[in-house]
This record gives sequence, structure tokens and C-alpha cells, in this order.
Amino acid sequence: MKKLTGFMLLIFVMLLAACGGGGDTASSSAGEADAAVSVGDDIEGATELSFWTFNEQHMDLFEDSAKQWNEENPDKPIKLNAQTYPFDQMHNNLSLALQSGTGAPDLADIEIRQFSNFLKGDVQLEAMNEYVEPELDKNVEARFDLYAKDDNYYGIPYHVGATVMYYNQEIMDEAGVDIDSIVTWDDYIEAGKQVVEKTGKSMTTVETTEQFTLFPLISQRGSNYFDENGEIIMDNEVNVETLQFVQDMIYKHEIAVAAPGGKHHAEEYYGFMNNGGAASLMMPIWYMGRFIDYMPDLEGKMQIRPLPVWEEGGNRTAGIGGTGTVVTNQSESPDLAKEFLAYTKLTEEANVKLWTVLGFDPPRFDVWDNEEMKADNKYYSYFHDGIFDMLSEIREEIAPIYYTPDYSSAQHEVESTVLYNVLVQQKKTPQEALTEAAEAVKSKQTD
Amino acid sequence: MVNDPITNKLEEASSDRVYKKPSKLAFLNSKKVAPYVFISPFIISFLILTLYPTIQAFIMSFQRVLPGNVEFIGLSNYERIFNPTFFLALKNTTLYVIFTVVILVVIPILLAVFLDSKLVRFKTIFRASLFIPSLTSIIVAGTIFRMMFGESDTAVANQVVTFFGLEAIDWRYNSWSAMFLMVTLASWRWMGVNVLYFLAALQSVPKELYESADIDGANVFKKFRYVTLPFLKPITIFVVTISIINGFRMFEESFVFWETSSPGNIGLSVIGYIYQEGIQQNDMGFGAAIGIVLMLIIFAVSFIQLILTGAFKRSDE
Repeated sequence: MKKLTGFMLLIFVMLLAACGGGGDTASSSAGEADAAVSVGDDIEGATELSFWTFNEQHMDLFEDSAKQWNEENPDKPIKLNAQTYPFDQMHNNLSLALQSGTGAPDLADIEIRQFSNFLKGDVQLEAMNEYVEPELDKNVEARFDLYAKDDNYYGIPYHVGATVMYYNQEIMDEAGVDIDSIVTWDDYIEAGKQVVEKTGKSMTTVETTEQFTLFPLISQRGSNYFDENGEIIMDNEVNVETLQFVQDMIYKHEIAVAAPGGKHHAEEYYGFMNNGGAASLMMPIWYMGRFIDYMPDLEGKMQIRPLPVWEEGGNRTAGIGGTGTVVTNQSESPDLAKEFLAYTKLTEEANVKLWTVLGFDPPRFDVWDNEEMKADNKYYSYFHDGIFDMLSEIREEIAPIYYTPDYSSAQHEVESTVLYNVLVQQKKTPQEALTEAAEAVKSKQTD
Repeated sequence: MVNDPITNKLEEASSDRVYKKPSKLAFLNSKKVAPYVFISPFIISFLILTLYPTIQAFIMSFQRVLPGNVEFIGLSNYERIFNPTFFLALKNTTLYVIFTVVILVVIPILLAVFLDSKLVRFKTIFRASLFIPSLTSIIVAGTIFRMMFGESDTAVANQVVTFFGLEAIDWRYNSWSAMFLMVTLASWRWMGVNVLYFLAALQSVPKELYESADIDGANVFKKFRYVTLPFLKPITIFVVTISIINGFRMFEESFVFWETSSPGNIGLSVIGYIYQEGIQQNDMGFGAAIGIVLMLIIFAVSFIQLILTGAFKRSDE
């Protein structure tokens, strides 16, 4: 009975929702993967492992690793079936499969905002402690804590996600601003005014439907939506001030504009930036891939620097975004799946690959000065050398983030309501909007 | 029945067969069983795909459903429902229902009357072109709509707007234009189907009534008001009822513009809210509770509407 419960609700929702439109659209959301890769088909007796992700790039890493694994471990070969599904569909399918107890893959990627949903109730994921604990002191530990509950580490991260400032050197030169002279956010605003005055372009862009502008700033100041005891602190003084700061950048100092398309991942936005729409952009290191893929005209023009600080000695970065790869408890060979996952993402070699294959800042900092990491690649030629020297410098300045089961609900409030009311409509003050959001999250808390 | 020669023959035939070739399946031919056999596909699919999930959802609405950890929590899901987001979703959905019902009843009646009149030529072409939108997938149509109503000045809709000297509009970021987009998409899509309903109903209006109205000196509008409309009443009740039910179930019209999260929840429908809470936030018990509340709302609204329009009265009274 219990197994069917989740499935039945889905059908009920489908009936209500899909039949309303004539029922012909239900089929368009179910079904085929966007892309699929299979390794080791030809090896007899290979153990089959399936892997779900929502990012096609991530499959490259696992494909590469599976090939190598089969070469090094002829006694226990694997047959890897990797599949990419659309973001929502993959997470929904995974959560329903885990809820109903059947249909989940061996390995899966879970994005950080969704992760807390998978830690509710009896966790249906395998703990990775035996592989994580020995390596923890060589890793940026905060990134493992994101995917942990009750001292069990469930997810293995792809990257540190250090947030940095991307400057368009060409525009900054035109405005006569030396980017290395920008140390504090006050400097940044002054420089911004100069850019606007001299070039007519915006200093930066602000997200209004996602939180990659607000949350890094909050985290940089050591705040969050929840404190270490899981209490809601969405409307604390720091958060209100920070949201006010973002609003001021747009309306008071007039150095920022709302990102076209509402977010830094919108098609409209890529075109806007590619045409030199704004002089700088605050995003994590992993955003480099988007520059390379979608903004080819900026090659060689971008410079990466740490974030301006709020006060002297303050943090110059924040760890943002991320995805944890997990082994589910429905795996038929969990030990092999865990060993393979550790092999793919925890070893030194694996962490080098995270950079060379995916262009991510690997969580293991003992590889950052590795010779292989310095070999020329497309990231260096686009963004110049010295990325990891800078990262080593700011590594200690990543504040821990406390994720609770209600985190995704809090984020949802911010993205759907707070940012819109404060930054777009200006209907509410930061204080009002954040207090209401905190109330909304509280009212939804299950415990 | 006994006097019906055909039935008698059939009975003879079947009893002959039973006599000649006794089979375990013979009872399927009996007059008492056969009707149930014929409707069983519907009954079975109804029981499995509609009734069972409905009962399950009702039970789940009193539970906290987590993997390996399902427990009854009384009414606490229902206590959490009546929050500002739910009311916003309900408000959006209600407005959407009102607009779509009005637009999808009034305009199709007028169009049907025009298409039925002798003055209009190329009727088949008009009928076909009105009907074609309902054959498209709403996802495909929605994608096209989203591009037409893009934020840039070069998007079709904004070119039209700026042509009239107005400022370009951020269609997907204002609550009024969000509603406009959803209602327009639904209206465009369902217009043709409703026109067909009304066209069919118009065929049943007796021509003599128009003739006698002519003799009495009624003008076009009076004929429409006192002859055509009364005959369209039953079909109008039908169209209003399904429009209300479909309106409250609205999901795709919002999904194609904003997927699952719209700025300031301007495009949030009640079903969208169920999807968000039940599936995305993995809170199935809460999702089920919203579903039950929505079911009651649809039931109540449809019931009131049917009573007010007199659908339960016999037509010859």
C-alpha cells in the first residue's frame, strides 16, 4: 500500500491537472532522457550501474571515469548507464522513486537547493563516511557538510563554488577604473558610478527571479536563512541590510540593472552580457563554463578577482551552488557503487579531472597547486592564469552554510516573492518582505 | 420485451448455442451480464485510476508522508493550507475562471451566429481555422506565445504596442499582463471547440420561429435575444460547467510561461501550488490536502452554478 501511495498521488494530480487541458500534454513531460551515455556494454559480467543527472556536462566526468575504472579493475568491471533529464523532472522522479521504494538509479546527482528534501524522513541514501572521512582534512569541509545529516555524509560535491567578481577589462579601462583598486563594496559603488558616467553602461546586473545575487552577499557576511540551530533568521539585520544594499545599487546609486530574463542563466542574459552589457558580474567560479559556452565575444576580456569586502578583513568570497552525487539505497550493488563514486570524485586524480574536464574548482585543495592543473586549457585562455593562486588565497574565507529541511522552502519564498516585491516592484521594504517570507516559511514548517 | 421479435430471436439463438455448446463463457451472452461486460473497461479504469487515487489522496491529506516514515498527523495539513500563498493561488485561479468563462461563452456564441448566417462566405475555412488551435499541443503553442510576448522591444507583441505609441511591456513580470497571457492562450486554444458546440446547437433552432418573428416585425437583435438565446441555453450551461471545471484545473497555461515559479507568484494556480508543495518540496500530505480543498471548491462552485441556471429542473416544466 505504502509503495503505491506516492505514485497514486502523482496520478491524482495528473488527472486534475492534465485532464483539464484535454490530457494531451501529459505525455510531453514523461519519457525520454535528453541525452544518454553508456560505457562497458561489451564487457561480459560487468555490474550494471545507472546514473541520473540534470547536467549533460556531469556525464562527461562519469564516462571518463568509468572507462578508466574498467581498465584498472578488470576483476570488477562496471557497465555505466548515464542519463540526463531536465532539472525538475529528474529531481521529481528521483524523489518519487525513493518515496515509493522502486525505480531509483544506483547513482544520482542532487542539486543543493533540492538536497534538503532528500534528507527528510528516513534518508533513502547510502552514507559515504568510509570514503569521505579519511579525505576530509584535504578538502574544503564546508562543501561536504552541505550534503550531511546526523554526521552521515551522503553527497559528494563537484566543486567549491567560490563566488568571485568577473570584470570586463575593456569596459573598466574605458571608464578609467583600476580593478585592483576595488577593495570594499564602497569602492565598488564608487567605481560603478564612474563606469556609468564614462561609458553609459551598467556596473553590474542583479538577479530578480533567482538568488545568485542576494545569497552570496548574505553568506559573505556570515549570515544565512537559518542559524546553526536551524532557527529561521531570514529577517535578521544583516539580511535586511544586504537586500537594501542590492536595492540601492539599482535605484539609489543607479549602477546596477535587473538581469534581462530575471537571472544570470537566461538566454536573454547571455546575449546581453556578450554584447558588453555590464562591466562586472558576481557569480561562482563554475560560471566560467557559461562564459565560454554562451559569451564567446568576451574571450580574453574577462578578469577574475575576489569579491569586494564589507569591512576590512572580511570574507572575500562565499561558497554558492553545488550538486551532491549520491548512492541510493535501491542500488543492487551499493558497495561497488560507493567505491566507484569515491573513485570518480574523491581521489586526487578525480579532483584534477573536475578541473580539466568540467572547469570546476575542485573541493580538494591539495590538488590546486598540482602541475596538471596548470596545463593550458580553454579556461585559462579565456580568463587568464592565476585562478587557483587567487582561490588558495581566499579558501579559508568561505563561511559555512547551514542547510535545514526547510531551506528549499525559504529559497523559494525569496525567489518567487521577496526579490520581485523589493527589487522589481518596490512594493515592500526589505524588512517587510523578509519578515513576511520568514512567516511564510514558519507556517509551512512541518515540525 | 416479450413481444419484441428481434429480442426473442436473439434469445432463441443464444439459448440454442448454450444448448449445443455449453461453455463457461456463455454467461457473458446473457442479457443481465452483457451490459456490465461492456461498461467494465470504464468502470475498472475509473476504480483504479480515479477512485483509488482519490481515496488515497484523502487519506494522505491527514498524513505526513516521508520515505519510510508515514504517520497520521490529524488536521495539521489542513491548518497550514490557509496561508497567503494559497489565497493568492486561489485568487489567480478564480480570476482566470471568470475571464475564461465569460470570454469562452460570449464570443463563441457570437461567432457561431455569424458563421451560421447566410451572409458569411467561406464558412468551412473559418470553422477550420478556428478549430485548428485546439489540436496543437499547449506546450508548443505556449512556447510560441512566450516568444511573441517576450520582453525585448523586437518581440511581436511589443512591436504592436510601440506602434501605437505605448511603452514596451514586460509581459511576464506584471500581474495584469500575466493574467492576460494565460487567458489569451486558453481563449485562443478553446475558442474553436466552443464555437462548434454552439454551431451544433444552432442547427436545432426551428426555422419557423424566425419566420413568425419576422412576421411580428422583430429586428435582428430581438430575434437573437428571444429566439436564438433560449434555444442555446442547455448547451451554454454545459459549456459554462466544463469551462469552470477546466479553469480550476489550470496548470499548463501557467507552466508554459514561467515553469514552476513565477515572479511574485503572479502566475501561480492552485494546481501549480499542489505541484510545488507536493512534488517539488516533497510534502505529499500537504499537496493532497490542497487537492481535497480544491475538489470541494470545484464541487461547490459547479453545484451552485447548476442550481442557479436551473440545470436540475426538467426542461418541460
